[in-house]
Amino acid sequence: MATRQTRTLARIMMMPSVLLLLVWMIVPLAMTLWFSFQNYNLLNPANVSWAGLFNYQFFYTDPAFFQSIWNTLLIVGGVLFITIVGGIALALLLDQPMFGQGIVRILVISPFFVMPPVAALIWKNMIMHPGYGVLADLFKVFGATPIDWFAQFPLLSIIIIVAWQWLPFATLILLTSLQSLDGEQKEAAEMDGAGLVARFWHLTLPHMARAITVVILIQTIFLLSVYAEILVTTNGGPGYASTNLPFLIYRTALLGYDVGGASAGGVIAIVLANIVALFVMRAVGKNLDR
Amino acid sequence: MTLKTLMLGACSLLAIAGTAQAQSTTLTIATVNNGDMIRMQSLTEDFTTKNPDIQLNWVTLEENVLRERVTTDVATKGGQYDVMTIGNYEVPIWAKQGWLLPLDNLGADYDADDLLPSIRSGLQMEGKLYAAPFYGESAMLMYRTDLFEKAGLTMPENPTWEFIADAARKITDRNANLSGICLRGKAGWGENMAFLTALNNSFGGRWFDENWKPQFDQPEWKESLQFYVDLMKDAGPSGASSNGFNENLTLFQQGQCGMWMDATVAASFVADPKNSTVADKVGYAIFPSKEGVDNHGNWLWSWNLAIPAGSTKAEAAQKFIGWATSKGYTELVASKESWAAVPPGTRTSLYDNAEYKKTPFAGPTFKAIQAANITKPTVKPVPYIGGQWVSIPEFQSLGTTVGQLFSAALAGQSSVDDALAQAQQVSTREMTRGGYIK
Amino acid sequence: MARTASTGQKIAWTVVAWVIALVIFFPILYTIITSFKTEPEAIAGISLIPSGTFQNYIDVETQRDYFRPFMNSVIISLGSTVLALIVAIPAAWSMAFSPTRRTKDILMWMLSTKMMPAVAVLVPIYLLFRDWGLLDSRIGLTVMLTLINLPIVVWMLYTYFREIPGEILEASRMDGASLWNEIIYVLTPMAVPGIASTLLLNIILAWNEAFWTIRLTTTNAAPLTAFIASFSSPQGLFWAKLSAASTMAIAPILIMGWFSQRQLVRGLTFGAVK
Repeated sequence: MATRQTRTLARIMMMPSVLLLLVWMIVPLAMTLWFSFQNYNLLNPANVSWAGLFNYQFFYTDPAFFQSIWNTLLIVGGVLFITIVGGIALALLLDQPMFGQGIVRILVISPFFVMPPVAALIWKNMIMHPGYGVLADLFKVFGATPIDWFAQFPLLSIIIIVAWQWLPFATLILLTSLQSLDGEQKEAAEMDGAGLVARFWHLTLPHMARAITVVILIQTIFLLSVYAEILVTTNGGPGYASTNLPFLIYRTALLGYDVGGASAGGVIAIVLANIVALFVMRAVGKNLDR
Repeated sequence: MTLKTLMLGACSLLAIAGTAQAQSTTLTIATVNNGDMIRMQSLTEDFTTKNPDIQLNWVTLEENVLRERVTTDVATKGGQYDVMTIGNYEVPIWAKQGWLLPLDNLGADYDADDLLPSIRSGLQMEGKLYAAPFYGESAMLMYRTDLFEKAGLTMPENPTWEFIADAARKITDRNANLSGICLRGKAGWGENMAFLTALNNSFGGRWFDENWKPQFDQPEWKESLQFYVDLMKDAGPSGASSNGFNENLTLFQQGQCGMWMDATVAASFVADPKNSTVADKVGYAIFPSKEGVDNHGNWLWSWNLAIPAGSTKAEAAQKFIGWATSKGYTELVASKESWAAVPPGTRTSLYDNAEYKKTPFAGPTFKAIQAANITKPTVKPVPYIGGQWVSIPEFQSLGTTVGQLFSAALAGQSSVDDALAQAQQVSTREMTRGGYIK
Repeated sequence: MARTASTGQKIAWTVVAWVIALVIFFPILYTIITSFKTEPEAIAGISLIPSGTFQNYIDVETQRDYFRPFMNSVIISLGSTVLALIVAIPAAWSMAFSPTRRTKDILMWMLSTKMMPAVAVLVPIYLLFRDWGLLDSRIGLTVMLTLINLPIVVWMLYTYFREIPGEILEASRMDGASLWNEIIYVLTPMAVPGIASTLLLNIILAWNEAFWTIRLTTTNAAPLTAFIASFSSPQGLFWAKLSAASTMAIAPILIMGWFSQRQLVRGLTFGAVK
């Protein structure tokens, strides 16, 4: 009796979220699907007509298309790698006894508070610029030739900037997970004479598995749609070296004002995102059940 | 008791504010965050005292965001702005769509005939003015007189690209962190493609032939792009492929460039001793051309104020535009700040003004603007108007794509031939899609 | 674990941690330093000692009102977070305590609503906002940000709630507590830390949202992201001024983070991930 009541109540409690998100998903998705079959350019509104699959074909045959998908995946993968590895290391570090722990924590977390376009501007001009950036000055001190980051390693530069922004998020979640690890368990492991590496591998890492999963899932969603950083730094160049799918859609939507084409790109992006999500769920999703 | 009085007072104040609000019109003005517009905002008191029934609400945004915002709004008839700041690239496209109100009531002393003909012609359709120019600019060559002297060079009256390339290589001193020439390299239709389109114009090339066929497979583009890539390799700064206007300005002000070709507005920055270490060593010359080609790039840009069609506050908006683009405003800036701070490039009378002529950049700027003709950007016949841009809606997106390809050539990641072949392919694709190529 | 870490070890960890923290913090530190430089100084190469001018802050303040966008940021980020929590808490609650076979699918599906790239739907959304009269309104933007962050909020709450041991629930039921009493007196106190940290993280996400907040506002509802956009990349030198504006935009959230980081970490500790 109680369980049935609880179950009904559970359904009711879930309703608002589910309904809101359902509407929030269906309305834009329906509009995007509809527009993706239309010839609709914002700058030529008189000329709207049925396009069939033409927008998809046009987007798909864009010379930058395949590279942009590859770049999208590289950005997601690269940033995830840096933030997870870096996040674990930082979490372990911040868990050690030290002076001024509070200050150190806030310093490490602070990049998360900077708005993405500002972060990109700061990195591009004040840090990475080969002429007057801080890194160039440092290189010169050591007698090395400054690296021309955005020409030589455009995608890597963007990955670095984005990883810098998301490292705090990963650190924060992983740190809390680490702190919930039982002191007793740790002590027991230590008593058993387990080495530092063994303790990390057999105790700490499994303990953090779920936190890592949450970080991966949430970050993936955000990283799949990175484009502000690209716009500010390289504009997708040189060539298509730093063009990802969101940037390609941006170019179609807000430079070409091609609503039809951008919608088709949007639909393609959703498909890609779902494939990635499926893949990620396969790889790490089982951790959620623990 | 006191509380009650206070509240009564507050209520009556609110009531007064309410009635004042009811009678006045509030104009929402979207503008770009460049110095001249920021200055205008600080001087609006002059306007509001003359027009107490009009209040001004400013929306200042950086250029790219501004363009997105106003274009989306005007195309969807969102009605968020009463006055929009737009470039001369947008004006003909928007006017043709019927998105702009003709400006026929800018005030008795507006004197439209005083507007510089080259600027005015780009803002008119069938004799009606659709946007009022706030400031205008062309492009010119800025160079370091001290370095030229040291290298034993003299800038000719009409420099050729051959001379410039030679001089740039001579001046370059990698050990002293000195580049002979700084040019735009960051991908984008308003970034590297602005310069490269003007460069190509001055080499006698064009974007499209009369049938809208892209011309990247023609010898002019090959020659100009190769020239640019070679020159920048030998005499350009490091990081050139991500440099835009501001990056080059920074380099030039710090004394790291021998020459720089960019918008004329740059002159007021490099000649400003407060921010520039080379302020007293800058010479100016007209945008170069290739030996034997009578074309100086035809770079022309103006920021203009316009009223979206359907605005319910057109009368007040015209009053404001009349004030902001009048001769009176020029004098206001001169009296409050200085003649050097006056928005340049819109009126003939400004360049006849003896005081204004004393600024170091007035003469060269005037000469550059006069030399530009956007109705005939290049020596060969073209189906478009334009200068460092082409006035078709597709240009922003297409120009950015081509800009990406050319920045790869500059960064050494693809050859000039590859970049051109790809550019030809994408532009043929886009133009076919746009219905230009049948 | 050896709680009696030697002082030597502690000093060693302190040094390592501070060096790394300062490297990570450096871009922000440098921005703050630059905000006290003059424009030529700002680009004159690396130097950590500014001339100490306040002119940039004065310029920024005279050029554009700070207070209104600041208040808008506060209202919009707080409002959307509270709204999202109100909707999400019951949902996360029921998913955590009465999971069905489909719970995980629903969770995944919620996350997938965030996969639509914002740029692609700008025009459709703009048209909707125009027709509903929501352009440049705080309400419209608040609802928008609520919807955008709702999946994240549900996810985080769900993870925290799952850590609350089920035995406590059983026990209270044995005592004959009604469902509402159970929620209010037994579970809520245990859930507060998790809710608090979700709240904080979500405020930060909403505060930094820089696509919709700029595209859907003009003046009345424009938050600090639009404030920043009016100082970024004009023609001419702008580093010192942009740094000052950025510092002003970051400062409130940084200070909030500073005061709450203990809560933040403790909250996450309690809830998260055993």
